[in-house]
Amino acid sequence: MLKEVTLADIEPIAIGAGILGTGGGGSPYQGSLHLREVIKQLGPQTVWQPEALNDEARVAVAGFIGAPTASIEKIHEGTELLRALRLLEDHIGQKLDAIAIAEIGGSNSMGPLVAGLQAGIPTLDGDGMGRAFPELQMASYLFNGDAKVAPFVMVDAGENSVLFPQTKDAIWAERLARVQATSMGATAGLVGVLMTGKQFKATCIPYTLSLAHALGKRVLESQQAGSDDIPQVIADMLSGKVLFRGKLTDVHRRISRGFARGSLNMESFSQTRDKLFIEFQNEFLIAYINGEVVATVPDLICIVDLESGEPISTELLRYGMRVAVLAVPAPAGLKTPSALKFVGPKAFGYDVAFQPLAGESIGIPLM
Amino acid sequence: MRIGIDVGGTNTDAVLMDGTKVISSTKSPTTQNVSEGITKALKTIIEATQLDVSKLDGVMIGTTHFTNAVVERRRLTPTACIRLGLPATVCLPPMVDWPDDLAETIGRNYYLAHGGHEFDGREISAFDPDEIRGIAEQIKAKGLNAIAISSVFSPVNAVFEEKTAEIVKEVIPDANITLSSTIGRIGLLERENAAIMNACLRELAVKTVSGFKQALRDMNITAPFFISQNDGTLMNADFAADYPVLTFASGPTNSMRGAAFLSGLKDAIVVDVGGTTTDVGVLQQGFPRVAAMAVDIGGVRTNFRMPDTLSIGLGGGSLVEAEPLKVGPQSVGYELITKAKVFGGDTLTTTDIIVAAGHEDIGDKSKVSDVDAVFAKAVEDRIEEMVNVAVDRMKTSATAMPVIVVGGGSILIQRKVEGASEMIKPEHFAVANAIGAAIAQVGGETDRIFALAEMSREEALEQAKREATERAVSAGAKAETVEIVDVEEVPLAYLPGNATRIMVKAVGDLAGA
Repeated sequence: MLKEVTLADIEPIAIGAGILGTGGGGSPYQGSLHLREVIKQLGPQTVWQPEALNDEARVAVAGFIGAPTASIEKIHEGTELLRALRLLEDHIGQKLDAIAIAEIGGSNSMGPLVAGLQAGIPTLDGDGMGRAFPELQMASYLFNGDAKVAPFVMVDAGENSVLFPQTKDAIWAERLARVQATSMGATAGLVGVLMTGKQFKATCIPYTLSLAHALGKRVLESQQAGSDDIPQVIADMLSGKVLFRGKLTDVHRRISRGFARGSLNMESFSQTRDKLFIEFQNEFLIAYINGEVVATVPDLICIVDLESGEPISTELLRYGMRVAVLAVPAPAGLKTPSALKFVGPKAFGYDVAFQPLAGESIGIPLM
Repeated sequence: MRIGIDVGGTNTDAVLMDGTKVISSTKSPTTQNVSEGITKALKTIIEATQLDVSKLDGVMIGTTHFTNAVVERRRLTPTACIRLGLPATVCLPPMVDWPDDLAETIGRNYYLAHGGHEFDGREISAFDPDEIRGIAEQIKAKGLNAIAISSVFSPVNAVFEEKTAEIVKEVIPDANITLSSTIGRIGLLERENAAIMNACLRELAVKTVSGFKQALRDMNITAPFFISQNDGTLMNADFAADYPVLTFASGPTNSMRGAAFLSGLKDAIVVDVGGTTTDVGVLQQGFPRVAAMAVDIGGVRTNFRMPDTLSIGLGGGSLVEAEPLKVGPQSVGYELITKAKVFGGDTLTTTDIIVAAGHEDIGDKSKVSDVDAVFAKAVEDRIEEMVNVAVDRMKTSATAMPVIVVGGGSILIQRKVEGASEMIKPEHFAVANAIGAAIAQVGGETDRIFALAEMSREEALEQAKREATERAVSAGAKAETVEIVDVEEVPLAYLPGNATRIMVKAVGDLAGA
């Protein structure tokens, strides 16, 4: 298990977070550069496994909200999450003891490590998704417990901040935060979802920071060793399977309500020339082989480069890419009846039943 | 008549062309002082053809000199960077993702200032002329005059970069300024990186271009000379001295343009086989397809328009090993003519296999008579597979396309590539890059914002096309040959008057050639 994050741990976490991002979540590139600068200045960041946390401890969740295309130009100021965190502490009149990750998949894996280091408190080894999802309400902290998004604070790169003392529910919090992020330049830091240590332990997807790190490390080691089947190595580590190996033959995209929606087709290398079809909305959500549903959200559908095992995000998909598609069973926390209302196929508008894959590796202690 | 010269890392190639006919070509090693290599190549061509140099209409030079300067961290000028975007962007200062040795070579002299724009055109913070003047004074005190200027969302609105340049010029009249908005696209770090690299290369560019001029003068050549840029068009010498980064990808571009010319095809896959690597690219309407992702040069991420090529470790000098069978990526490179078995050496290379299999008769084929036929076939199968996979990765659709094979190592390609509608190995394939430089066209671009409240979209497009065409003609293109090759529109929300940014590129043949 990861006890601290040093300079050498950044690249493995970025690769692992990319794989768990299931095509979405944004690139961890800028976040990992920033974390590198902060660790150079302040030293390694302490990581606590959930069991190290007292039941009475105060925890909040940190992350960025907005459009990745805006933040590649308007780069963060760097203390957004720290400032939001301090304002939230002022509001509740209490100090926070630890910071939690909203989503381990993609760019939001990095911010909570930076913010924890700046605030002088540990980052918790666990998150609310075990992967990436596009909206605030899609977090286990919320649908598996009684934590609320509000009170939450949003800040921009400058001197603007907004406190939301209360919202009707998580859907309203998402709606209001999204509008606020746009007016803040389509990228804003957000800290909220106050919890006690007990609530965090009961609702988080545990050990996902350690998992991302171990996964990325294994990919890098396999690359160095010249391993000839890195996709299988990744699948084994995640108790999943390599669903398909083939070539992208077609990608359809459209932008709708701020999401990159679309679908892709692939053809296998085998004699049978099997056909794979995936529907995506930022993340890969439903996979079909020869017309049969083979994987459904919240189970993870990950696409990696056939040779290097490096994750491939939705925006990089292109005809001719040779990739492996992995299907990985979702953590238990995403498969409860209340979870499926928010993160099952129907929540994304698909008239398909969730067909859970057997096995578990996300959200359990690492071997 | 025109002369095309390609100054590569290993060889300097030159060709003399009369219209569409190749009259003479030469290949010689590149020299430490690139001008000397050019002089030597020119001399060889002129002597071989008894050329009357007054009949030349132009000399076109393609060079990887500036790319190599960055890769080797040599001859780079210490540079300052001013970025406008405060209070945003602080966490990743300029050059944050550069390799330390390169950043230290040019110094981490960066300054953050207020300014910059939001995605929707609002100002992040107000532009402060006094702040910029203060920064310019500090740069002056350090004795720096190579300066790169970047501003958040400057591809959408470059006004803050331009105002900054004016103030810096007042303080440092001889400043060498590069604006990020003139070079790159959305993606602040990558665009800024390209601007800084350009700034640190300009002193070298000025020197190199005047060296080229001198080489031509020494040969009594008075014809105009041009340098080829990333997109396959020519720039005049003075422009090249201002924008050296625009030559970074001219090597692969020239060889693909040369392949298009030699084959007469405008849409095809080009396989350029060298001594160590094979570069596969795609021609679309006679020009290389442009990469969509960030391109890494000397360890630095950039995002300017570069040809989308896939490089694999397979060439005429690639090492061949048995058990397990391995072809490349190690290569004897330019030592092929001494180290390969057919040339009396003791290293088994791909060239030896092709000779052993009886496809070509190069060197002394008795030296490879011991190569087992089954093994040779297995190596050929591997080469075929490597090329097939590379070509397949670069194709944009499942439709079969013509494949053009060029480069000195072309003999490796003996079989039809999977998914190829036809295989073309044109004459003069070994000097396709110099031919690409010789036949390069002249371009003109317009890139500005039109207010659609004042005119219709069609009128705006027409006007932009007219401007680009006029610029191509004034840069030296024959009017009747000018074509529009690229049109890009970016609507700018939240700006008054329903504004849209229109970029148009026109190209035509060089007049008098």
